[in-house]
Amino acid sequence: MAAVPQKTIHKYLRHNKKFPHVWCPGCSNGIVLGTIIRAIDDLKLERDDIAMVSGIGCSSRMPVYVDFNTLHTLHGRAIPFATGIKMFKPHMKVIVITGDGDATAIGGNHFIHAARRNIDLTVILINNNIYGMTGGQYSPTTPHDDVATTMPYGNIDNPFNICDLAIGAGATFVSRTTAYHAIEAQNMIKKAIAHEGFSLVEVISACPVIYGKLNKKGNAPKMMNQMKDNSIPLAAVNKLPKEKVEGKIIRGILKEVDRPEYTKAYQDLVDKLNNK
Amino acid sequence: MSEKIKKDRDGGILTDSDAPEKIEVEQNEINSVGDYFQSPVYIYYDWCKKCGICVEFCPTNTLASKPDGTPYVAHPEKCTHCETCDRLCPDFAITGAKK
Repeated sequence: MAAVPQKTIHKYLRHNKKFPHVWCPGCSNGIVLGTIIRAIDDLKLERDDIAMVSGIGCSSRMPVYVDFNTLHTLHGRAIPFATGIKMFKPHMKVIVITGDGDATAIGGNHFIHAARRNIDLTVILINNNIYGMTGGQYSPTTPHDDVATTMPYGNIDNPFNICDLAIGAGATFVSRTTAYHAIEAQNMIKKAIAHEGFSLVEVISACPVIYGKLNKKGNAPKMMNQMKDNSIPLAAVNKLPKEKVEGKIIRGILKEVDRPEYTKAYQDLVDKLNNK
Repeated sequence: MSEKIKKDRDGGILTDSDAPEKIEVEQNEINSVGDYFQSPVYIYYDWCKKCGICVEFCPTNTLASKPDGTPYVAHPEKCTHCETCDRLCPDFAITGAKK
């Protein structure tokens, strides 16, 4: 076979890892990884200045494939490890890749307290509405009445609204997009990495093999089309009638404010006590 | 720094020896696409999982799929190098960028 053309992505992949990657056909994780790599390439960041941290889950396989400083840690504990890196090396750009179950179920407290502290982490939360890796258990973001292997007659819980949770906890950059809107996601991730303070990018993604199959949502292209049809940009929310907005995914930057950053505040305190 | 690590870091061109495990691809599939330098869209069949996203979202219908789901370049003249397939491929197996 002839030599493969050089794409931006190939510059950042670890070619000694096993490819094709571990995710199922049509899984959005690969699209999100592509957008993250393009965003980092656009920002022209040094590879050594980036730390990518993940917990356990489908999406958390992501750092394995990219050539940055990477850390694959315990289930739900990606944010504590990232906090440690950021405190020790404040100049580094720390990116946390996490899933919905990882960040809001087992790591829920870490998530809200990192947001409260406003430590400069970029959390990219890939929300596929289910625990894919472990066989399709329902997660805190599985919609009401949807089927999971541990909820075979429909989910009776109500799902988390992760962006509202982060806004309530005090995150300073909160945005939501879908895997279909890859260019929008790329721009959001760029803004989130450049933002000083806790930034969250929630990417709604498709899990056609487990969630899609259990809930009869169709194959990967169909699920991507549903994302396209069921989401509206934030700018259009006020212009549309209320019944058209209800139940839709709202895309866009939901919150962007400036607040003192945690590692800076810590350094200020150290300087103040040294000069006393 | 060893040769291989250096190549990895600088992003050398991928060749057969870089892929540790490959899916067997029939020769006629490769021929139907043509060489990278002739076709506007290049599909890397070793990494393709046949999910059908590139075919579904190609705005100019340059791509089409075979009965088993394998994408191929059906109308090379229609490609506008919009890179939609490039962005939406979860497996980094296709590129439609201008050379």
